[in-house]
Amino acid sequence: MDLNLTSDEMQFRDELRSWLTANVPTDWAERREESLESRFEYLRTWQRKLFAGGWAGVSWPKQYGGRGANLMQQVIFWQEMALASAPPMANTLGLGLIGPTIIGFGTEAQKRRYLAKILSAEEIWCQGFSEPNAGSDLAALQTEARHDGNFYVVNGLKTWNSYGWVADWCELVVRTDPNVPKHKGLTVLLVDMKSPGISVRPLRQITGESEFAEVSFRDVRVPVENVVGAVNQGWDVAIGTLMHERGTFGAGLQITFRRNIERLIELAGQFRRNQKPAAQDPLIRQKLAQCYADVEVMRWNQMRAFSRISASGVPGPEGSIQKIFWSELNQRLQQVAQELLGPYGQLAGISPKSVDKGSWAYGYLRSRGNTIEAGTSEIQRNIIGHFVLGLPRSY
Amino acid sequence: MQFGLNESQEILKDNARQFFAGECPMAHVRHLAERKQPYDAALWSKMAAQGFMGIIFPEKYEGLGLGKVELILLMEEAGRALLPGPFWSTVALAGPVIDAVASDAQKTRYLTPICRGQARSTLALLETGATWDLADATLADSSGNLTGEKLFVLDADVADFILVAAQTGVFLVEAQAPGLCITPMPALDLTRNFYAVQFKDTPAEKLGEGTNLARALNIATAALVAEMVGGMQRVLDLTVDYAKMRKQFGKPIGTFQAVQHQCADMYLETESSRSAAYYAAWALEHDAPDAATATSIAKMYASDACRAVGNRGIQIHGGNGFAWENDLHLYYRRAKASETMFGDATFHRERIARLVIDPVPAPCGGNDRSSR
Repeated sequence: MDLNLTSDEMQFRDELRSWLTANVPTDWAERREESLESRFEYLRTWQRKLFAGGWAGVSWPKQYGGRGANLMQQVIFWQEMALASAPPMANTLGLGLIGPTIIGFGTEAQKRRYLAKILSAEEIWCQGFSEPNAGSDLAALQTEARHDGNFYVVNGLKTWNSYGWVADWCELVVRTDPNVPKHKGLTVLLVDMKSPGISVRPLRQITGESEFAEVSFRDVRVPVENVVGAVNQGWDVAIGTLMHERGTFGAGLQITFRRNIERLIELAGQFRRNQKPAAQDPLIRQKLAQCYADVEVMRWNQMRAFSRISASGVPGPEGSIQKIFWSELNQRLQQVAQELLGPYGQLAGISPKSVDKGSWAYGYLRSRGNTIEAGTSEIQRNIIGHFVLGLPRSY
Repeated sequence: MQFGLNESQEILKDNARQFFAGECPMAHVRHLAERKQPYDAALWSKMAAQGFMGIIFPEKYEGLGLGKVELILLMEEAGRALLPGPFWSTVALAGPVIDAVASDAQKTRYLTPICRGQARSTLALLETGATWDLADATLADSSGNLTGEKLFVLDADVADFILVAAQTGVFLVEAQAPGLCITPMPALDLTRNFYAVQFKDTPAEKLGEGTNLARALNIATAALVAEMVGGMQRVLDLTVDYAKMRKQFGKPIGTFQAVQHQCADMYLETESSRSAAYYAAWALEHDAPDAATATSIAKMYASDACRAVGNRGIQIHGGNGFAWENDLHLYYRRAKASETMFGDATFHRERIARLVIDPVPAPCGGNDRSSR
């Protein structure tokens, strides 16, 4: 057990840190009220800058334009990005999920065609996984693809597509064989979002933003060379994608939470309660200390999990608790913020009296999604029950 | 960075687990608990032969000279086995206090017999107020003699010498000292006993000042957290086994999500407590700047978690979990005692607040939000 960075890790961190210091734009936080489109173009420009500096696709192999960073270096990358308050990258799903899926399952031609443009943010990607009647039970999806010569003809409806409104391409899971058990008739297709027959409807969410879209497919023709992996083996490809979803990205999240609790501690010196600073109120102190402690425990859980993956190549059982831990922690932290700030916590960024540009009002609502997105807390607990503890399947 | 056990640490942990499984099975724990004397001299000698008593003490006192991480791994396995008696109070509490405050000659005199398995000890800290703040100790010596009372002293009846935290320093009282009176305080935990210890003009040897006590107590606290983690793991294992075996409505109750999700939460609470215990041990070993905070976080988290894990375990066992014959209540009793020992979660949240909230300066320009 040695929790200090090795000299290699320190060198990687220092190189990255000095690049970020010189290049991170400082005005991202002020753009909350701008249009989604203008914000997105801002992020695209930022990703191009990272790409030019060699920092996009840090986990990707060098032969595909990445940096070939090992797991600990990836952890450091996300930590440093968060420490520098760097904006997210535009092509989040392409970089984190779809690129690695193509690298893992794609043909050489597919790799040459798609990977470079993911890194440069020239082509933005979305995922077509969930459907109105297939959420947690993803394998029950109904969007069908009928084989027709050199094409598959796709019909169906996908929902909760992040970036669906701006994407150029979609990693789409479809049913190619309806006559076999549900996991065995699925195939993954790469679909050009400009194909005739696709229509996109933005979904407005609880925060008022439209991060997601509903995408319908009507006789959309997709060339057979756009199949990823083998036909009817799409479940393995889709699960491979979802495994990436629980990768090293959480390391940056922990830093963000740490900054949030530090900011709340600072605000507790400013706000008053019972005729004294809230920071001296015994109950507020208890709640802030609990959040602070939980954010530290999240870090130690992550360190153990990353070390395990780094040493053995497979995620340890403690990995499965991360999603539940961070999502529920963020909801508690956002609630403590609301208690501390009182009505100020509800003000939108456009109000001149708002605190931190309305980020606490936004954060409170946005955190409701945390226990739903990327596998609900109920599904996560099923996974622990069955796959970690060996209890019988409940469904 | 590598937050995993190395090979020798894995071996130490596995050996300890096998040792306790063989030498201290549940039937033996129950026997010691029901006879109301948890100390077992034969078991103590066997543990000493393994080197357990001297695990963290320097080799010059015949210890193994290993680190806090190794201590934590050993305590975790002791907790899993629900090891009864004065092991924690001797090796994780009194020993580190002697090591932190005593002179070299005193360490030779008192640590060496501990390492050899020839002496047991404990620390008398609490008084009638029963607060864990060191500053609340009012007992003081009068030209080397002590008069007064300490309460909730663990394992005092089998201690060869008792350490006493007084306002005027840390003292050592021999078991045979005149004016020393030890009376049982029967309580929840059947595997570790509390005693009231009275001093009446009792001669005491001063070991040192209380200023170095805090770090030693952090080591004891981290070791206690590790012991709690071992207990939580055992309760989780027993509960999952039961949920696989017990059938209702024609299937194992572990099939039902209402049961599965409780087990998943027990797992989350246990693993998170373990991460915190390991981190605290590492931070204490390396005198990291956040060592005190990390210790409080670990004790805070594990104090709430061990209660929750015990509650869930009994609930899933149903009526069987409420029965005397079932082992769960023995763990449940220890868990409650450990939850309170050296401060519960509420105590440590306040300690964390003092460490991380109070040093933050209020932003300048007044502190009244109503002026906005």
